[in-house]
Amino acid sequence: MFNQAKKIRDKYIREEMWPSIFCTGCGIGNILNYTLRAIDSIGLDIDRTVFCSGIGCSSRLPGYIEADGLHTTHGRAIAFATGVKVYRPELSVIVFTGDGDMAGIGGNHFIHAARRNVDMTVICINNYTYGMTGGQVSPTTPAEDFSTTTPYGNLEEPFDLCRLAIGAGAPFVARWTMGFPYETIAAVESAIQTKGFGFVEILAPCPTGYGKANELRDAPANWEWYKKNTITRIDLARLSPDERAANRKIVIGTLWQEEKPEYVERWQRLVQRLQAEDEPATPS
Amino acid sequence: MSRERDYRRVMKVLGSREQFAQGDVACAYGAILGGCDFFAGYPITPATEVAEAMAALLPRLGGAVMQMEDEIASLSAVIGAAWAGSRAFTATSGPGFSLMQEGIGYACMTETPCVIVNVQRSGPSTGQPTEPAQGDMLQARWGTHGDHEIIALAPASVQECVDLTRLAFNLAEEYRNPVLVMTDGEVGHMREQIVLPAEDEIELVQRRPPTDEPGAFVPFRAVQGSVPEMATFGTGFHTYVTGLTHDERGLPATDDAEKHTKLVRRLVDKVRDDTERLTRVEVDKEEGAEVGIVSYGISARSAAGAVRIARAEGRKISHLRLISVFPFPERAVRDFANGLDRIVVPELNLGQICHVVKEALEGEAAVELVSRIGGEIIPPKEIVRALVEGGEKV
Amino acid sequence: MKKEIRICGFGGQGIILAGVVLGEAATRAGHRAVQTQSYGPESRGGAARAEVVISSEPIDYPRVSRPDVVVALSQAGYDRFGKDVADDGIVLVDEALVEAEGVTSVPFTTTAEEVGRKIVSNVVMVGYLGALIEVIPHDVLESTVLANIPAGTEDLNRKAVTAGRDLWLNRAGGNDVS
Repeated sequence: MFNQAKKIRDKYIREEMWPSIFCTGCGIGNILNYTLRAIDSIGLDIDRTVFCSGIGCSSRLPGYIEADGLHTTHGRAIAFATGVKVYRPELSVIVFTGDGDMAGIGGNHFIHAARRNVDMTVICINNYTYGMTGGQVSPTTPAEDFSTTTPYGNLEEPFDLCRLAIGAGAPFVARWTMGFPYETIAAVESAIQTKGFGFVEILAPCPTGYGKANELRDAPANWEWYKKNTITRIDLARLSPDERAANRKIVIGTLWQEEKPEYVERWQRLVQRLQAEDEPATPS
Repeated sequence: MSRERDYRRVMKVLGSREQFAQGDVACAYGAILGGCDFFAGYPITPATEVAEAMAALLPRLGGAVMQMEDEIASLSAVIGAAWAGSRAFTATSGPGFSLMQEGIGYACMTETPCVIVNVQRSGPSTGQPTEPAQGDMLQARWGTHGDHEIIALAPASVQECVDLTRLAFNLAEEYRNPVLVMTDGEVGHMREQIVLPAEDEIELVQRRPPTDEPGAFVPFRAVQGSVPEMATFGTGFHTYVTGLTHDERGLPATDDAEKHTKLVRRLVDKVRDDTERLTRVEVDKEEGAEVGIVSYGISARSAAGAVRIARAEGRKISHLRLISVFPFPERAVRDFANGLDRIVVPELNLGQICHVVKEALEGEAAVELVSRIGGEIIPPKEIVRALVEGGEKV
Repeated sequence: MKKEIRICGFGGQGIILAGVVLGEAATRAGHRAVQTQSYGPESRGGAARAEVVISSEPIDYPRVSRPDVVVALSQAGYDRFGKDVADDGIVLVDEALVEAEGVTSVPFTTTAEEVGRKIVSNVVMVGYLGALIEVIPHDVLESTVLANIPAGTEDLNRKAVTAGRDLWLNRAGGNDVS
């Protein structure tokens, strides 16, 4: 495992940017690890891959990868990524984003890209907080939780990002916690290989921001919390109907998978049709 | 997907070289003839026709047109496409232009070539959507936060919508900076005869590709002049592009005042130092004139009418029309003002460029404003009255 | 040579199309022309105004400053613009839509109905104006009309523009002043 980690690091990590900025117990570094293993395992051409991100701790990931990276403005990574992909369909586009970046300020771009079904992979690292700015409430912070801007407890309900993605039309939606490395790697592989908007939400700890305010001050406490509060889709299916109805745990696993027309393919077909109409192959 | 650059094919799609066309559509023609192959936009009066024209024309040439979910997404997609190698643009009006300011700053900081057409309308806020104005001029210069430079052109005719949009793409590539085409609702919706350029009149200036190999190439170091070569995504250069202050390698350097200063100075100076080269003005100087007009955009048409009327009355009037507004042609305006006591600036706002003129003249001549808002473009007689009786002191 | 035409009325009356056709036809006839318009955000109703300046010289100020012809297709349009015309200018109103004194009442809408459909009243008006200003040959005007209308309506529009021209040519010994 360690040798593999070193191999991945030597192959993909931008050495000048190392070590990373991530805090002790942060889960973002793990997700970098999983993502690199996923792209390595499927043999993605790193020279034809572009990583996009917005603003936040999660959005720092492209900087650590020796590849083309587009670190953009807060919430807009998916819109930038759309331009990259539509203009150069042969490139693989992977977006790193966080719960605040994607579902707060970026919510609109998220749902529209899913609706359009542009071929890209969006990895949303959900740590229930705006971590970079010190731990403010985010659109995924559970109700009644504490943060620097909800010192008396969160009065709002959180998004279920996967439900949102499914509702918006994403053809591949999966959610794991960073405590499931192999499942997460497989989910990222599937998302990349999905012809369309592949969405992977990964719950990861932020002990410094979210954790400190909510009695989850270190990594083990967070992993315990995930174990206690999540249930795989398969396990959920094994419960009785009553138990399933009563379930309050977060469902993890591949939550949605379908095939549907992808945006770039449709545009390419349109262009071919128009150009054939303008310049018929057989001379008249 | 091959993107059509063949002139014959392009003209087959655009139609005849001579057309009675609308300004917005002319911007689309100018963009396509300027090599545009990606457009992203959002509907907004009075710029919607640009998007509609692009949607009808560009896919036939293999280019992509997207209606994004809002103006922020539009400019974001344009910047993304530009890094993927595209000559890309968007078009909007005041409210959308306000939304795009963060993106404009990002394009400045990352040296992304891109073009933004702003068909100005009466504001502030929702204002008078169908009425023209020139109220976004200072916003064009300073709308985004922080130190930066902007290149802004002001078409005064439908022909100039073609020509200046075409030029904007070349300037964007040359300077690796956003270039703004500041039209307005009058020019945008008015129709005039245009002549599209012949093949030998078109020259596409492209961003300079890396001369070094991947690994050796330093993406934000200018090896020639002050504009770095640009490595397109997906060609093996592994460029990291960020809006954070960065060093020449493109990597974040936010706690280094010296690196920040060096970077931002270069970004600013690369445009500012070329002010003379970027200056485009039209000067009509009359021997013995003591009063002159400095105008731009649609108000320059009113000014030209005023000059005609005033001269018919036997008055001596000089007139300078700004075709490039930013970087502000300080030298040209100072030279123009030489020998003049008064400069009158007509604009469809409550005074914007008049202040820049005043600052540039440093008291060389008195600056007066002829201002009109509410939608009607300035009747020439109003400018004549100001020439004779004096305008609003600036 | 300079002709300045202002047409005003409601949105939906085809006023802007009329202005575009006149301007385009003028350029096809070898003149310079600028066409402008003003309207509110509504698609229908609301005030609409189209202006055309035709000249043998380059046109600086693109709007009408000294109208040779003002056409009012609504009462509100007439009330607002009907008095502002050059000394030797002419004010036309649609007989069916506007009540006014000392102007020329023209049956644009009625003629359109006779030709086939009320909706081509703007084309009738274009034919009339083209003949009135004298600088655009009728065949150039007609082909410009046909280039700007929906496919399948050529016959109707050809009749309309010709009927408009004939209204002008056959006017009873000059202006019909009501």
